[in-house]
Amino acid sequence: MNVVVCVKQIPDPAAPGALDSDNTLTREGKLILDESDSFGVEMALQLVDTAGEGEVTLVSMAPNNEVSGLRTALAMGAAKAVLISDEALAGTDALGTAKVLAKAVERVGDADLVLTSTESTDGYTGTIPTQIGQLLDWPALTFAKHIEVGDGKVTIQRQTEAGYDTVEAPLPAVASVTAGVVEPRYPSFKGIMAAKNKPVDEVTVADLGLDGQVGWSGAHQAITAVEAAPEREAGEKIEDEGDAHENIVSFLDELKVI
Amino acid sequence: MSIGKVWVLAEADGDEVASAALELLTKAREIGDTVEAVYVGSSADAVAGVLGEHGATTVYAVDPGDSLSGAVGAAALEKLIGEHSPDLVMFDQSYDGRDAIAGLSARIDRTVLTNSADIRIDGDQVRATTAIFGGTQIVETAFEGEAPYLAAFRPKSFVAEPSGGAAAAVVAVDGVDAGRAGEAKVLDRHVEEAEGPKLEEAEVVVSGGRGLGEAEHYALVETLAKLLKGAPGASRAIVDAGWVPYSHQVGQTGKTVKPKVYIALGISGATQHLVGMKGADNIIAVNKDAEAPIFSVSDLGIVGDVHKVVPKLIEALEARA
Ligand SMILES: Cc1cc2nc3c(=O)[nH]c(=O)nc-3n(C[C@H](O)[C@H](O)[C@H](O)COP(=O)(O)OP(=O)(O)OC[C@H]3O[C@@H](n4cnc5c(N)ncnc54)[C@H](O)[C@@H]3O)c2cc1C
Ligand SMILES: Nc1ncnc2c1ncn2[C@@H]1O[C@H](COP(=O)(O)O)[C@@H](O)[C@H]1O
Repeated sequence: MNVVVCVKQIPDPAAPGALDSDNTLTREGKLILDESDSFGVEMALQLVDTAGEGEVTLVSMAPNNEVSGLRTALAMGAAKAVLISDEALAGTDALGTAKVLAKAVERVGDADLVLTSTESTDGYTGTIPTQIGQLLDWPALTFAKHIEVGDGKVTIQRQTEAGYDTVEAPLPAVASVTAGVVEPRYPSFKGIMAAKNKPVDEVTVADLGLDGQVGWSGAHQAITAVEAAPEREAGEKIEDEGDAHENIVSFLDELKVI
Repeated sequence: MSIGKVWVLAEADGDEVASAALELLTKAREIGDTVEAVYVGSSADAVAGVLGEHGATTVYAVDPGDSLSGAVGAAALEKLIGEHSPDLVMFDQSYDGRDAIAGLSARIDRTVLTNSADIRIDGDQVRATTAIFGGTQIVETAFEGEAPYLAAFRPKSFVAEPSGGAAAAVVAVDGVDAGRAGEAKVLDRHVEEAEGPKLEEAEVVVSGGRGLGEAEHYALVETLAKLLKGAPGASRAIVDAGWVPYSHQVGQTGKTVKPKVYIALGISGATQHLVGMKGADNIIAVNKDAEAPIFSVSDLGIVGDVHKVVPKLIEALEARA
């Protein structure tokens, strides 16, 4: 059983976000593994472990040949990675990213399952998993909070607004996982050392045969304005001296909800 | 300013139409000369009335059977777009809405704008706005290239208002083949029953966060919500910790609520939480950290311990009842 995991490398989410002059997200400095994708990596490792054969391959599209986040996921136990980094990718939209990732999955070959997270922390378009599925012509099972593989099929519990649905599809397939799916492991020291020598296949847009289809020209959208949102005014703030609940009661009274 | 033909992908909610579809139709009426709906569900005749009342003249109806609704919706839209050439297709930013817009975008090779909060026509451009960095900045993006344009909107971006239109004409769409995407089958559905009003519709929402300390203390939130005839909600921190089911989560990756009163108990007010509740008419927060960001949006902020303030509040409300 071979699983490909899409992992995004993003700026540290703890740092305040900023836009570059071309209105793309600032991605300077070191990037890290999007925490949302650590769930997919862990899930993949467990599925391969249960199957008793196969391996986990990572694919990532990132600027400046960034590998820090990939190394973290390799240290968790993935076998190898494909990194797509190319100046021609600047300005790529979600569909373009999905085209790149789908081609990278084909380049890996031999995958039974592709895992992604439900949405990235920095971009949260949330469309890429299904777009990859459609481009590969594989079923996409989204919002998995539980995954099982067997008999050539993948079965998930798909989170819904009301609870969850059990959804099944024949392999190969794409699945997107939520943060509840598994508890990601911390890389061990041995894992971190081993990760340094694991192969990272670095490819360009041309290698994938996508010249002219991605980047600004392929995006078909242009930012026309960026403005500060109107701020909500803060109101009264009271230190509780043992009777602050009375302020809440009178406020609720005023609003006629009690 | 208006454009020619605007479509709304209307999702089913059981035998009814999801409320988001009515919000989107209301907006579609404002910007489109012709407004039509594409309904994915099994009871098109039952929903034609309400769709028409909100502005759809025609509803193209497709039954997803046991396939994923989004996968069938995308395939049906591809077929229908080829026949009827809409200029804009609007989707709900829900699970199935996201599947549908994503699948369609790959099928017809069009870009998508998701998480949108508004849309307008400026000359010959269609522009959608979205809030970024936790709602502190608003970005406006114009579609380029060939129509149809595809945009998904956060729930409650628009207020549903009936236009008094007649029932929409139902056109059954047969012979939709979703291909391999349609091979994902729903085997069964689990509904977690909740008492009281729905989180998205409640007049009062009481939410708890990690500041409650432990799972058992969520009972404070539930008791208070019940006393106020409201719904209990949660931050993602306590959903991920397994204290409450995901259906309670408010925020960027959870539900968007716009109640009359939102009460945040032991919630810090991370930007991803704020985007889901900032639209409330009134916000009350209890947090022991005077610097907590939740206070920057609250109308009444209590700097205090939830374990002291909330039991007294419950007692006072019970005394009045
Ligand atoms: C991609 C992404 C999506 C996300 N989506 C969401 C989302 O949809 N919804 C969401 O909520 N979060 C979301 N988050 C998580 C978000 O960033 C925060 O981590 C989360 O909201 C924090 O929850 P919290 O306020 O309960 O916990 P904390 O941030 O830990 O805050 C606990 C608060 O309780 C206070 N407190 C502690 N003890 C007491 C006491 N005894 N009495 C009173 N106050 C007390 C503390 O002062 C603190 O302010 C998302 C994050 C990412 C990266
Ligand atoms: N540049 C990328 N490289 C690898 N995986 C990605 C990339 N962008 C998105 N993904 C995957 O797709 C998921 C959804 O991303 P998004 O649609 O941007 O919210 C992410 O969580 C990743 O698993």
